[in-house]
Amino acid sequence: MFELIVLHYNYWIVIFLMMAGLYVVVSRGNLVKKIVGLNIFQVSVFLLYISMGKVSGGTAPILTGEPETYSNPLPHVLILTAIVVGVATTALGLALVVRIREAYGSIEEDEIQADNRAVEAEEEAQSR
Amino acid sequence: MTVQAIFAHLPILQVIMPLIAAPVCVILRRGTLAWILALVVSWASFLVAIKLLAQTLDGGVISYELGGWAPPWGIEYRVDVVNAFVLLIVSGISAVVLPYARQSVASEIPRSYHALFYTCYLLCLAGLLGVTITGDAFNLFVFLEISSLSTYILVSMGWQKDRRALMAAYSYLVMGTLGATFFVIGVGLIYMMTGSLNMADIAERLQGLSGNRTVRVAYGFIIVGVGLKLAMFPLHTWLPNAYCYAPSSVTAFLAATATKVAVYVLLRFIFTVFGLSFALAPETLTHILLPLSLVAMFAASTVAIFQVNLKRMLAYSSIAQIGYMLLGVSFSSLTGLSATVLHIFNHALMKGALFLALGCIVLRVGGATIVSVRGLGREMPWTMGAFAAGGLSLIGVPLTVGFISKWYLIRAALEVGWWPVAIAIVASSLLAVVYVWRVVEAAYFQDPPEGRPPAVEAPLAMLVPVWILVLANIYFGVDTELSTTAARLAAETLIGGWR
Repeated sequence: MFELIVLHYNYWIVIFLMMAGLYVVVSRGNLVKKIVGLNIFQVSVFLLYISMGKVSGGTAPILTGEPETYSNPLPHVLILTAIVVGVATTALGLALVVRIREAYGSIEEDEIQADNRAVEAEEEAQSR
Repeated sequence: MTVQAIFAHLPILQVIMPLIAAPVCVILRRGTLAWILALVVSWASFLVAIKLLAQTLDGGVISYELGGWAPPWGIEYRVDVVNAFVLLIVSGISAVVLPYARQSVASEIPRSYHALFYTCYLLCLAGLLGVTITGDAFNLFVFLEISSLSTYILVSMGWQKDRRALMAAYSYLVMGTLGATFFVIGVGLIYMMTGSLNMADIAERLQGLSGNRTVRVAYGFIIVGVGLKLAMFPLHTWLPNAYCYAPSSVTAFLAATATKVAVYVLLRFIFTVFGLSFALAPETLTHILLPLSLVAMFAASTVAIFQVNLKRMLAYSSIAQIGYMLLGVSFSSLTGLSATVLHIFNHALMKGALFLALGCIVLRVGGATIVSVRGLGREMPWTMGAFAAGGLSLIGVPLTVGFISKWYLIRAALEVGWWPVAIAIVASSLLAVVYVWRVVEAAYFQDPPEGRPPAVEAPLAMLVPVWILVLANIYFGVDTELSTTAARLAAETLIGGWR
């Protein structure tokens, strides 16, 4: 049991971050906080990939001409791409929040939904 | 450079043409120029897709090595009849929607955004085509995000008409990112166990790892992630608002392509990558996909009946139709899979036609609600005629493509002896009768609402694309040769695997 926790500590960190991020996305009504939660969630996946590429005793994967053990560079490259995707998602999400703030005057989900529900009720009434 | 040399590079041209044209649209700045470029590129990709399908219809597989790096080390584009068929659907719908888009976009989006609109549209097209064509699991994720990010922007572009488009795009962004991240977690866990990202290579290396817990967890993550993207009930909550408030041409394009591509990814992973021999596959199909698809068919159709906004009504109908597709998968038989692939094609035709018809109504009347269509049967006969024909196809009336889909689905259900499922298919079609009839009744048998000036028929540039899709609905409902042959071949390829 002790080994399960200590030897795999990187996965425990990943799982903790993943759940924390997901919880923030689900539980917070503030649109900016949701984006922060989404970010933490994505970062946990970055750590998952990067830590799986580590070879024990291996060095950084730089070509020196001498034979030596080195870590798997592929997960790093993949995560470089995933980081770009994450940055783009965050930027777009925040840009949308700015527009939402301009249109509704609020970034609280419950206030915006109350506004939307009022409009929907009006539309419903007109169709009767 | 000879023609032969170009033909050798068709798989990459399929993706790279819209991908390069997208930034060029930004440079062009003027909406009309950007539209012309998008149109040319989209038609060119349609031609490429036709050529690719013709090359794979004999059962062959085209393998294209990006940058000359041999798979499994390099990224491989792998085209067989399954994804060639989906490529044809995506690029074909885009080729029909773009001529229509110009006037629709001009009326719904401010002028200064037009060039950016076509940029995002092309990026979305490139992403969807890339997801379909690639044989590399991580490359698939990257293309999935390219198409998703541009889709969020396209949806939000409806904000000028209705500010709720912004909230719809935001929720779609949160849900879509969660789905894509789930997918990438699954891919990471598979990489951990197999050391490969090439889908054909993974399929080989997963043999015998069926009881491995990490692989099982990866399977779960991938199914849920893709399920979010394809709006599998109950992961569909982002869809109605996104389709409802997006600009009309975007809705038509997305409804006909985006969820279909996600269904393709699901098929690819369940059947080709993990394979039916994977221990969890049969259980997922009968214990998860079957009940969820049945619930989707009834619940979403019932909700559709009570919608005021017609775009939202058709969005709920889409969720029900995705239920039919997943139902075909859950039979895990040749006929069932044929029905799914066939319905991917047929549903693209019918939903494309219906949403395009609604776009014409939005252009002329300002909004497509159950009230605003009253009396339009006389004022816009061609548009409402197209809507009625598309509606008949959605219900599954003989001589339309909808009938062919349901015929195959019912046959597949009877083949495995699940006759209650066959009855459910027919019963849920009756719900479609109700929501289509509501609109037809309002348009043809009710007087226009007071205070609305008489509407004129939609412009020809928009009517022609609508009717092309309506006629395709009828043509492929009568002459089923091409669609059923391709669907059966695709089903055989999926069950047989890449060997």
